[in-house]
Amino acid sequence: MTTAGSPLVVEHLGKRFERTVALEGLTFEVRPAELFGLVGPDGAGKTTLFRILTTLLLPDTGSATVLGLDVVRDFWAIRARVGYMPGRFSLYPDLSVEENLRFFAAVFGTSIEEGYSTIAPIYRQIEPFRDRRAGALSGGMKQKLALSCALVHRPDILLLDEPTTGVDAVSRREFWDLLAELKASGLPIVVATPYMDEAARCDRVALMQRGRVLAIDAPSAVGGRFPHPLFAVRGGNRYAALQLLRAHPHAFSAFPFGDELHYSDVRSDADPGTIAAEVRDWLRSGGFGDAVVTPIRAGIEDTFMALMGAPEEIGA
Amino acid sequence: MSLAIEVQSLTRRFGDFTAVDAITFEVRTGEVFGFLGANGAGKTTAIKMLIGLLAPTSGQARVAGYDVLRQAEEVRRRIGYMSQRFSLYDDLTVRENITLYGGIYGLGDAEIRDRGTGLLDRLELGHAGDERVGSLPLGWKQKLAFSVALLHQPAVVFLDEPTGGVDPITRRQFWEYIYAAAARGTTVFVTTHYMDEAEYCDRISIMVDGRIGAMGTPEELKRQFGGETLDEVFVRLARPAA
Repeated sequence: MTTAGSPLVVEHLGKRFERTVALEGLTFEVRPAELFGLVGPDGAGKTTLFRILTTLLLPDTGSATVLGLDVVRDFWAIRARVGYMPGRFSLYPDLSVEENLRFFAAVFGTSIEEGYSTIAPIYRQIEPFRDRRAGALSGGMKQKLALSCALVHRPDILLLDEPTTGVDAVSRREFWDLLAELKASGLPIVVATPYMDEAARCDRVALMQRGRVLAIDAPSAVGGRFPHPLFAVRGGNRYAALQLLRAHPHAFSAFPFGDELHYSDVRSDADPGTIAAEVRDWLRSGGFGDAVVTPIRAGIEDTFMALMGAPEEIGA
Repeated sequence: MSLAIEVQSLTRRFGDFTAVDAITFEVRTGEVFGFLGANGAGKTTAIKMLIGLLAPTSGQARVAGYDVLRQAEEVRRRIGYMSQRFSLYDDLTVRENITLYGGIYGLGDAEIRDRGTGLLDRLELGHAGDERVGSLPLGWKQKLAFSVALLHQPAVVFLDEPTGGVDPITRRQFWEYIYAAAARGTTVFVTTHYMDEAEYCDRISIMVDGRIGAMGTPEELKRQFGGETLDEVFVRLARPAA
């Protein structure tokens, strides 16, 4: 069932590499002008999915359309209309900034001048360095050049595979600001990231783990899928408090979360305030006299961890 | 209070570019020290000097009690190193990697066998000794690489973005290993782009344009710079070098 006008439709997509299942029964749809996030760690299948969508790899099962074109039948037509930024730095380090951009424009039969209005918001920031070798750029500037190269032929959809991996927190923020600008121009964007905090910048996200989708929702709604009452815990030695929380008879999980601990409790029907007071007393009687326990809403990372189950075993 | 790392006016210039500009700091034995900074702020250059791979232009540093320039060999014997990019050999099995690194670190055959078995038991990887490292999931690779970096019981272990791309549960398990190593007296010097992980450090420093822009416990830095989270502190401080 393909909805008319969806820039991207994926149905029951599957792909194996020998014994490894890379994608299994993947189904989702991107809406017009949507900023859609694929959020998950290495091994989730994000790169395999992008390679199928950009017609570089054939799926084993299922189907996908990009801009209404089939990724297998219409591969030639898709390639001219997709902007793709692969996960690894994909530019020519010995060419200058401008030479890289001119090369990518030429491959698509266009020029920097023709594409300038599209790339301007990004390219202007690195244009002062246009004669610098791409290999000599800082991490943040490399990302901006790669994004310019992916945009120079004015694509109708943008696919970005982990554009911010290994990039510092400041440059990551700036990059997401640029994506918000592009999105405002109506361009649909699919972006993969292992950073859970970046999911909040998307319209909707698919949480992915080991080739499967765990959940698809608006970032603000993802936390509602957390299966149990959740609490933030402060006070005392973090590591020791964590052990004590895990030993609680009703514990579902306890994890460090920045300067807090997040504790969830299997008593889903009980009043959260009552649980909080009881867990606080448990900690205080265990030697954490200043423990503070507060009911909270689950975030994306809480939900991801609850849905992903146990980390991968070896030989499984 | 003994010091694992003592750095005094450490400087490195490349031509007329000063990558590391007279940094001074100390790390206590058994401390988990987070070494943060934007891309290009000078972290990698500083780490290369501390592990004896790059000579300082001026200033000095002592790691595990030895001078990094004049006693580089002594330093290397007493440190472990692991990075996200280079850690283990994919084409060798788990045990072959342990044997290789044990040999490089100068352990005897019996020590390699005993410590290797202990290491695999602690990781509950005893059944996977003959698996190729390349076939392991990333999270396991990183936990194994960390354990191998500790095989020769170094005084200080340097971890360069050890958890990049790792799933959120395994990332937290990795930090429990870090705490356990620190509790045994190993000093941990770690870089990360995850600001929630910076909160797990005893103290952190934030490098800005080759200098140390801020240093202290996570609580102190949040108070000093008026941020709710370390992410806010980081963004306020670390304007990336153009």
